[in-house]
Amino acid sequence: MRLSRGSQALLRISTGITLAFIYVPLLVIVVYAFSVSRTFEWPPPGFTFDWFDLAFDNTGARDAFVYSVKTGLLATAVALVLGTLASLAVARHRFFGRETVSFLVILPIALPGIVTGIALNSTFTQVLGIDLSLFTIVVAHATFCIVVVYNNVIARLRRLSGSFEEASADLGATPWQTFRLITLPNTRTALVAGALLAFALSFDEIIVTTFTVGAGDQTLPIWIFTNFSRPNQLPIVNAVAVIVILISIIPVYLAYRLTREESTAARGGAPVASGAVTAP
Amino acid sequence: MGRRLADLFHGRPRLQAGALLAGPVGWLVVGYLGSLAVLLVTSFWTLGELSGEIEQTFTLDNFRDVVENDVYRSVTGRTVLIAGLVTVTDALLAFPLAFYMAKIAGPRTRGLLLVAVLMPLWSAYLVKIFAWRGILSQEGVLNWALEPLGIEGPGYGLVAVWLVMSYIWLPYMVIPIYAGLERIPNTLLSASEDMGAKPTYTFRRVILPLALPAVIAGSIFTFSLTLGDFIAPTLVGSGEQFIGTVVRDNFTVDLPFAAAFATVPIVIMIVYLLVARRMGAFEHL
Amino acid sequence: MRSNGGTSSARIAWLVVVGLLAFMVAFAAGCGSDDDDEGDSGGEALTELGEGEGEVNLVAWAGYVEDGSTDPKVDWVTDFEQETGCKVNVKIGNTSDEMVQLMRTGQYDGVSASGDASGRLVEGGDVDPVNVDLIPNYEDVFDALKDQPYNTFDGANYGVPHGRGSNLLMYDPAEVKPAPTSWDVVFDRADEYSGQVTAYDNPIYIADAALYLREHDPELGITDPYELDQDQFDAAIELLKQQREHIGEYWSDYTKEIQAFANGDSSVGTTWQVIANLLNADGSKEKVLLPEEGATGWSDTWMLSSEAEHPNCMYMWMDHIISPEANAAVAEWFGEAPANEKSCALTADKEHCDIYHADDEAFFDQIEYWKTPVSDCGDDRGDVCKTYDEWVQGWNEVKG
Repeated sequence: MRLSRGSQALLRISTGITLAFIYVPLLVIVVYAFSVSRTFEWPPPGFTFDWFDLAFDNTGARDAFVYSVKTGLLATAVALVLGTLASLAVARHRFFGRETVSFLVILPIALPGIVTGIALNSTFTQVLGIDLSLFTIVVAHATFCIVVVYNNVIARLRRLSGSFEEASADLGATPWQTFRLITLPNTRTALVAGALLAFALSFDEIIVTTFTVGAGDQTLPIWIFTNFSRPNQLPIVNAVAVIVILISIIPVYLAYRLTREESTAARGGAPVASGAVTAP
Repeated sequence: MGRRLADLFHGRPRLQAGALLAGPVGWLVVGYLGSLAVLLVTSFWTLGELSGEIEQTFTLDNFRDVVENDVYRSVTGRTVLIAGLVTVTDALLAFPLAFYMAKIAGPRTRGLLLVAVLMPLWSAYLVKIFAWRGILSQEGVLNWALEPLGIEGPGYGLVAVWLVMSYIWLPYMVIPIYAGLERIPNTLLSASEDMGAKPTYTFRRVILPLALPAVIAGSIFTFSLTLGDFIAPTLVGSGEQFIGTVVRDNFTVDLPFAAAFATVPIVIMIVYLLVARRMGAFEHL
Repeated sequence: MRSNGGTSSARIAWLVVVGLLAFMVAFAAGCGSDDDDEGDSGGEALTELGEGEGEVNLVAWAGYVEDGSTDPKVDWVTDFEQETGCKVNVKIGNTSDEMVQLMRTGQYDGVSASGDASGRLVEGGDVDPVNVDLIPNYEDVFDALKDQPYNTFDGANYGVPHGRGSNLLMYDPAEVKPAPTSWDVVFDRADEYSGQVTAYDNPIYIADAALYLREHDPELGITDPYELDQDQFDAAIELLKQQREHIGEYWSDYTKEIQAFANGDSSVGTTWQVIANLLNADGSKEKVLLPEEGATGWSDTWMLSSEAEHPNCMYMWMDHIISPEANAAVAEWFGEAPANEKSCALTADKEHCDIYHADDEAFFDQIEYWKTPVSDCGDDRGDVCKTYDEWVQGWNEVKG
């Protein structure tokens, strides 16, 4: 689209302002993590690396990180299976209540986390009488992660003709063979993109997690939260946050690579990157 | 075995669909809707006066409180207002950014911008809010930066809650809008131009209508996430209550009431979703 | 798809409603048949300690059960685990309400309950009496902490004292002049510091207002700030609503209050001694005092769940946490007065017990420890006092 110089400049400026809005607070976190002040004093009276040493020594933070990764991977795995099945059914079949399925899938993320949290908590502890544990937290996370996989995969399937699958079935392939040889290769990037987002959602979730985390278990956000109630832990929390931001470059880079791969592969008017980045 | 199964499914689309759906729909209906139903049932129960434990005696008192008590009415009003403001703010901030990414930037810049927008999703939500506490505090970053200009930041309170929530949920608005704008073929825009439409006209009559469902899709997230949050109001508010804080506080002392109050955001969101669906937003989630 | 949007929206709504109703019916039917087994309150205390069961599950305040995972130097759990073979699992409770709720799940063996939780736990039958004869270190606990209304009910001990502290008045001397001597700076004179006042974000804070009114409005006849009848309660709520206008923010955890004072968002309000110490250590000039009206405070109790699966380990834990060494360590790290007399000799900072008034009974005589408000006023007014439930509602109204 050809825009006047003025409008282009305006767009650039507003993009810049929004980006600054996004990044200034992150920058502040980084500065705090190196500040000698333990009380968020501004401007920082001096700088130090001590908090990073302490953060690396902090086995609680490390355990919490590992636990978060474990939870995220399990929840993502469940969401991948359920989300893919649902999207295949909705994209490739017509049946009564088809519209309801997408409504149902979206519901857990569209209802506020606190509702999902207390509903699942009541069901687990009072109706089913099971103790909160890794199992309950994975169930909870998977429930609201299904939607991101579903959305990514269904967007792909809609662009993809179903005739390949039909041909495969007509030629005598079992449904599993068709899925493995036709559907899977064609939806691979959408699956990976969905999985990355599902993992990100699970990894930073705290509200539903508060109500479903097991006794003595801590995800990283829960660890951060409890450390606000401990004396003198704030700078360490900041250091841990910076470390996590650094680690998160890996999945973000993966997503970036994926979108580029897609744009070169898709070429042309199709909604290239949307599959890889559509957030929940 | 596989062969026989294949024969069974071949040419029976209903059976295929059923087999595919059994897992996810079973999970969501039994696990999720079931849990919501449990919550709804709980909201009709009573709290034992002496022990403070739940007694399974039917009552409508909890709902009466939610509807009739001024405190809870104003809490609901305040929460919906902030959620609405956050949504509008995010839409206004996100649209130019998304438009720039989708239609102006070259492929390389676009990729970088995408990464830039996605990145904050990975950094701890709690730490971001605490950073905002540092920014907004009396002797914090914002007032330090504004001091030479002789003005003061808003401090903690409703304005801070609005600002911080807008910040936290912004990526959830940018990404659907970006994806939505990208789906609009460039040829359509050129056609409009070729027929003599000014850019503003093209924007109003072509881009906006086509992008609206995507904006609404994004708004589902910003609205619902704000509606249920209890951490930002506790940390950057000045003690104002929100639906999230009331439900959280009552969850531990009076579960039936918390459950009754939790139906408020449920009803609001279901209505919101039905409207959003009608406007075609579900295709853009 | 858009053309039939209307009808399918209706269909979705219909399906959701029917689904929910079906579940409600099924669920309600399921519930009707299963009779709730009430916790049998007041079970018999153990008379003899057996072998440890290999683990113990605790609900505790952050900082009460530290195993070195927060800071390798802060560890009084690992020793215990090695000595007794009881592995310690801890769930952090963020508020007293949350602790009560966690204990009601029956998943835990014990809890570090503040006074506003202990009464509710006893009343709900969630905890059992404790035989203190099986806890050798109990002997060295300050007498003033034994047999108190927040840990002893109907003559039975319901646990061992962990430590205590008070909710003092902290102020920034640069902002608040002259130096205050009374709580009036956060109540009747709060308008002078409008926007800079802070208060503890919890229903139990109503007692702080009642304590103030006890001195300043004798007509109300308040004797115990936790035993408030309708008039007294209304007056306290009214006072808090006036204060609300001048509150900059409420606080509920260390970090929030420290940050607020360090950055000038709060200048006057309730605090814990440890918060002042941390601020001063970082160069802030905040001062702390016990105002002339006295103050509220907490004295926590380790209690034993009535459904404990590991009661022996829990007894061992209760003995361990009040041992001179462990009690000194936890008191110093958390910032409170230890419960064990002998701990004072073992703190790293030799002045710890002085700073926290550990053996200063004249100081603690002015402290009204948190306890659970119940309908029984404890005097001839009878059962007309406001229960904790009503305090929660009252607090909700204050915050509005």
